[in-house]
Amino acid sequence: MAEVTGIASALTLFWRPLAAAVFGGAACGVVGVWIVLMNIPFLGVTMSHAAFAGAVAGLLLGINPLISSFIFCVTASLLIGPVTESADLEPGVSLGIIFSVMLGLAFLGIGLLKGPRTEALRLIWGNILLVTRTQVLVLVLTLTVILSFLALFWKETKAVLFNREIARAVGIPERPVFLALLLFAGAAIAANLDTIGGLLIFSLIVNPPSAAYQLTWRLSTMYLLSTVFAIGSCLVGLGISWLFDVPAGAVIIIISSLIFAVSLLLSPKRRRLPVEDLEPRALSDNQRID
Amino acid sequence: MSCAVSIKRVSVSYRDHIALRDVSLEIHNGEFLGIIGPNGAGKTTLLTVINGLGRIHTGSIHIFGQPVLPAKFWRLRPRIGYVPQQLNVDPRAPISCYESVLIGRYGRIGLLSRPSKYDRQQTEEMLRLTGTFHLRNRPAGQVSGGEARKLAIARALVQEPEILLLDEPTSNLDPAAARDITSLIVEAYRRFHLTVVMVSHQPEHLPEPCNRIAMMKNTRIAFVGPREQALRAERLSLLYKTTGAEQSACGFEQTPATPQRTSAQLPPGEPWQK
Repeated sequence: MAEVTGIASALTLFWRPLAAAVFGGAACGVVGVWIVLMNIPFLGVTMSHAAFAGAVAGLLLGINPLISSFIFCVTASLLIGPVTESADLEPGVSLGIIFSVMLGLAFLGIGLLKGPRTEALRLIWGNILLVTRTQVLVLVLTLTVILSFLALFWKETKAVLFNREIARAVGIPERPVFLALLLFAGAAIAANLDTIGGLLIFSLIVNPPSAAYQLTWRLSTMYLLSTVFAIGSCLVGLGISWLFDVPAGAVIIIISSLIFAVSLLLSPKRRRLPVEDLEPRALSDNQRID
Repeated sequence: MSCAVSIKRVSVSYRDHIALRDVSLEIHNGEFLGIIGPNGAGKTTLLTVINGLGRIHTGSIHIFGQPVLPAKFWRLRPRIGYVPQQLNVDPRAPISCYESVLIGRYGRIGLLSRPSKYDRQQTEEMLRLTGTFHLRNRPAGQVSGGEARKLAIARALVQEPEILLLDEPTSNLDPAAARDITSLIVEAYRRFHLTVVMVSHQPEHLPEPCNRIAMMKNTRIAFVGPREQALRAERLSLLYKTTGAEQSACGFEQTPATPQRTSAQLPPGEPWQK
C-alpha cells in the first residue's frame, strides 16, 4: 500500500516533466526529420538561438518569454527563405548570418538585464523538472498543430523533402510548404526552450532523426523511429537525472547521442558485402566482348 | 495548328548575367521541337521559363493561350511535365523509386487529397512503360544514371502532361542507354500525343519525330526551322565552332557548295535566318 502511495505521489510530482518529455520529445522528433532530410542541421542551432534571443528580449521587455521566443523563431524562419533567395546564398550561409545576428541579440539582451541573470541562464540550460502546467499545454498544442499539418499535407511535405525543384515542377506550392516546415521547426524549438534549453535543443532535433535515418528506407518509419528515439531520450534522461541528481537536459542529449551511435553501428545502409562475394570470378558468357 | 506555348520578347537575367535576351518562340500543339546549342546558350533557361521555374525580366509568355503569372503558375504546372538535366537525390533518402514517381501525380491530385487507386495504377503503368517496374521498391537514390533518367521521365509522364520538357535527357549516358531513352521519348510522344520540347547539345540525339529545331547561341535564338535545314553541317559548325570532320563523325551531311561562314562573321545574337 505504501509502495502504491509512493508511486502515486511520484507520478503527481512528475506528471508535468513526463508529459513535457513525451510531447516535447515527439515534436522534436518530427521536425527533426524535416531538418535532417533537407540537410539543414544548422537550422536547429539558428532556431534555438532565435528562441533564446526572443526569450531574453521577453525578460528585458517584461513580457512572457515563451511568447517573445515564438515571435523571434517565426521571424527567423520567415527570414531564412527570402534571405537565401534574394541574396542568392546557400541556405547554410544565410542560416549562419541569422544565427550570428540572433546570438548577438541574445548576448546584448543578457548584458542589458538588470539584477541576477538566473532566468536568462535557465533558458540556455533548460530544466524539464520545473516545467509548468502552461508550458505542458503549449507543448501539447505545438505537437497537435505539427501533426495536423503533417497529416493534412503528408504528400506535399514528402515531395518537398525529396526534392524542392521537383516538388515545384509537378505543381505543388513548394515555397509555402517549405516555409511552413521552417515555421513549425521554429515553433517546436521555442516550445522546448524551457525544458531542454537553448543550447541543448539542437542535439534533440538532430540526433533522433539522424539515428532513425540510419535504420530505415521508409519515410513513415523514419518519423516513427525518430519520435520514439526522441521521447525515449527524454524519458530515460529524466529518470537518470532524478536518480543521480544530474542536469536533465545534458543527460537527455547524451542518451540521444548514444542512440545515434548504436544506430550507426546497426545501420543496414552501411552494411558491406561479405568478402567472399568480392572474390575474383571468371567472366560469364554475357560479360565477354572478345 | 493551335499554339501550346507562345514566348514574346522574353529576357531573363540572374543579377548582372543575362541568361536569355529578347527571345520569341511559338511552339505548336503536338509538335516535337528540338533546342540545340553550345553550353551557356540559354537552353535550360528557356525550358525553365516555359515551366515557370525561371523568372522573366521582360516580355510575356502564354501557355495554352493563358498569360503566365508567377503567382498562379503552379496551377498550370501539372499540365507541363519537366525532366531536369540532373537531379541530386540523397543516396540514403528514405523514399522508394515507386514513391518518387508517384510524386508526379501530387500536383494533379491537389491539396488535402490522398493518392487514389487510379493514381497508383498510373504510376505502375509508367514504371512499366519506362522499364523501371523492377526498381519500384529500390531506394530512389540507389539507381544508375540511366535508370534515374527513366524514373524522371516516368515521373513527368505520370502527371499526364500536355507538354513534356526534356533537358538533355541523353547527356552523360552510354550509347545504348541514350538510345533507350530516345526510343522511350518517341514512344511517349506518339502514345500520349504530347507537345515535346527537348534540349540537347548533341543534335544527333534528337529523334526522328523532331521536325523543327531552334538553335541557340549567346542567349538568343539564332535559327528556328525545319530539321533538315538546321542540321546542315555548315550551320552546325557555326553554332558549335566544330570542323567538318567532327560533323561527319556525328553523321551530319556536308554541303561544300554552300559558302562556309565563321562565327567571326556572325555578331553575337544575330539571327542567321528569319
